[in-house]
Amino acid sequence: MNAWIEKQRHLIDFTLASLARRRTKNLGLLLVYALLVFVLASVALYTHALRQEAARVLERSPEVILQRMVAGRHDLIPPGYLERIGRIRGVQQIEGRLWGYYYDPVVKANYTFMAPAAEQVKAGTLVVGPAVARSRGLAPGNTISFRAYSGKLFAFTVAGVLPHASELVSADLVLMSEADFRAFFEYPAGHHTDIALSVANPLEVRTVAAKLAAALPDSRPILREEVLRTYASIFDWREGLMLALLSAAIFAFAILAWEKASGLSAEEKREIGILKAIGWETGDVIKMKLWEGGLISLTAFLLGFVAAYVQVFRFGAPLFEPVLKGWAVLYPRFELVPAIDGLQVATLFFFTVFPYMAAVLVPIWRAAITDPDSAMRS
Amino acid sequence: MIELKSIRKAFNQGRPNEFWALNGIDLTIEAKKVTAFRGPSGSGKTTLLTIVGCLARPTSGRVRLAEDDISGLPERFLTDIRRSTFGFVFQQFNLIKGLSALDNVMLPAFPTGRPHRELRERSESLLDRLKLAHRREARVEWLSGGEQQRVAIARALVNDPKVLIADEPTANLDTALSREFMGILENLNAEGRTVILTSHDPLVVESAAVHRVVSMRDGRLTED
Repeated sequence: MNAWIEKQRHLIDFTLASLARRRTKNLGLLLVYALLVFVLASVALYTHALRQEAARVLERSPEVILQRMVAGRHDLIPPGYLERIGRIRGVQQIEGRLWGYYYDPVVKANYTFMAPAAEQVKAGTLVVGPAVARSRGLAPGNTISFRAYSGKLFAFTVAGVLPHASELVSADLVLMSEADFRAFFEYPAGHHTDIALSVANPLEVRTVAAKLAAALPDSRPILREEVLRTYASIFDWREGLMLALLSAAIFAFAILAWEKASGLSAEEKREIGILKAIGWETGDVIKMKLWEGGLISLTAFLLGFVAAYVQVFRFGAPLFEPVLKGWAVLYPRFELVPAIDGLQVATLFFFTVFPYMAAVLVPIWRAAITDPDSAMRS
Repeated sequence: MIELKSIRKAFNQGRPNEFWALNGIDLTIEAKKVTAFRGPSGSGKTTLLTIVGCLARPTSGRVRLAEDDISGLPERFLTDIRRSTFGFVFQQFNLIKGLSALDNVMLPAFPTGRPHRELRERSESLLDRLKLAHRREARVEWLSGGEQQRVAIARALVNDPKVLIADEPTANLDTALSREFMGILENLNAEGRTVILTSHDPLVVESAAVHRVVSMRDGRLTED
């Protein structure tokens, strides 16, 4: 066992010395390789963290949202619907919600206006999302006016700015009192945008949805798990789009790495001949080259992955943010919570390290089985 | 003792450019003696040396090493024998550029898994013995021809082989360095090592250190 360990140590020593001898080639290779891992890992880490963030934020949203449909389009919930739902077993709370979209021509952006259920916001005041506050330069105490779709001008005082932590979904949010909301949009009294239901037991959500569909055939229940799935697929799609856009560059990098790894110079072939002549077995030469490939690919993988981690979680992925996040017109600004998916790392490792090892091994195998007497004739 | 029986060696066998480098060699090389193969270029000296040193297998014929027939052994066993029994000094020295003299000397012992410290001490003592202790950390390409050859000799001795094989050892050396080499060779032989070399340098083949000269031409032995 000790001899085996010593032998591996010798092989690693020789490998490191060999790498140092061809410093320029190996550094270039390491750089290209690390860059490839960096790009792939950045996209993977960022989209995974976005998915996690969306899931985390949506955890607090209602389990079921009921929308009324007219001719296949979302319509207002008329008075009496809340009463018609009545008491459904398993539903903890039923709440009619008021929200709508407002286009602000000043910053050419869409806001989501909402009236929270409880009287959290006093009449004449607003609580705005962080992106709205940023784009309009608002701070608590400021006054802002919006021209309603009816043409009337409404002035409000900013009572507060929503916390930064929930920015992913609240960036463009403007909260106002129910009275202000109805006046601003000329919303008919007793009508709501949709109905939110809280269900305590996740196993009962689908049963509640089925009962709702039966009780109100013109309405459609939207489950939170479906929203989460939609978010996940949006981020999956963005990740795919990003990778498709980058595929040419990734492919070029991969070819370069392959070329560098698999190209065996005449000098390297000569050295393999010498090693065999002085008593190295074919297996020893291959092991040594495997150590070499392993050291390069692991170092590149670690460098690329750590750089991607720092880029995504420390600097907010400035390179890929616009494509991967793409949030309407107002870009949310938020700190992603570091999240790493083991399977994702394993997949990335498999698709970057293994092809490299194969690229190294094939030409080495060919060179390593050459007759040792070639050294005598060089 | 190394015994060669009806050794023939072909290159590119079965192709239009087939070439027989050795054409029936019968030879016994005595242990603990210095044997030199002499002959013009293309006479088969080096090919014979590769077969004796287990670097290549004969196309036909038998090679016996101390009573054991080694001509049909698979590569792995041949490598073991080569590593433990033979040490090689090549005509071009064949040192690994970019590595220090000490690293080059240690190389043949790496696959044996000998403890690093022991290996280092052994390599340093060999360099010391060959008056190269002060150059052990120097890269081999910075050494002179004579120094490079001494590194090659130290490398050949690191696994303490019974047989030292040298191919045209003085081809790249001037007279003084050639004499120095023959002196080293004499000492190694005095330690009980068998030395087999090829040369057409009179300074080698006519040296008192060489016990037997085997002449070759066209892949055959001509006279002793």
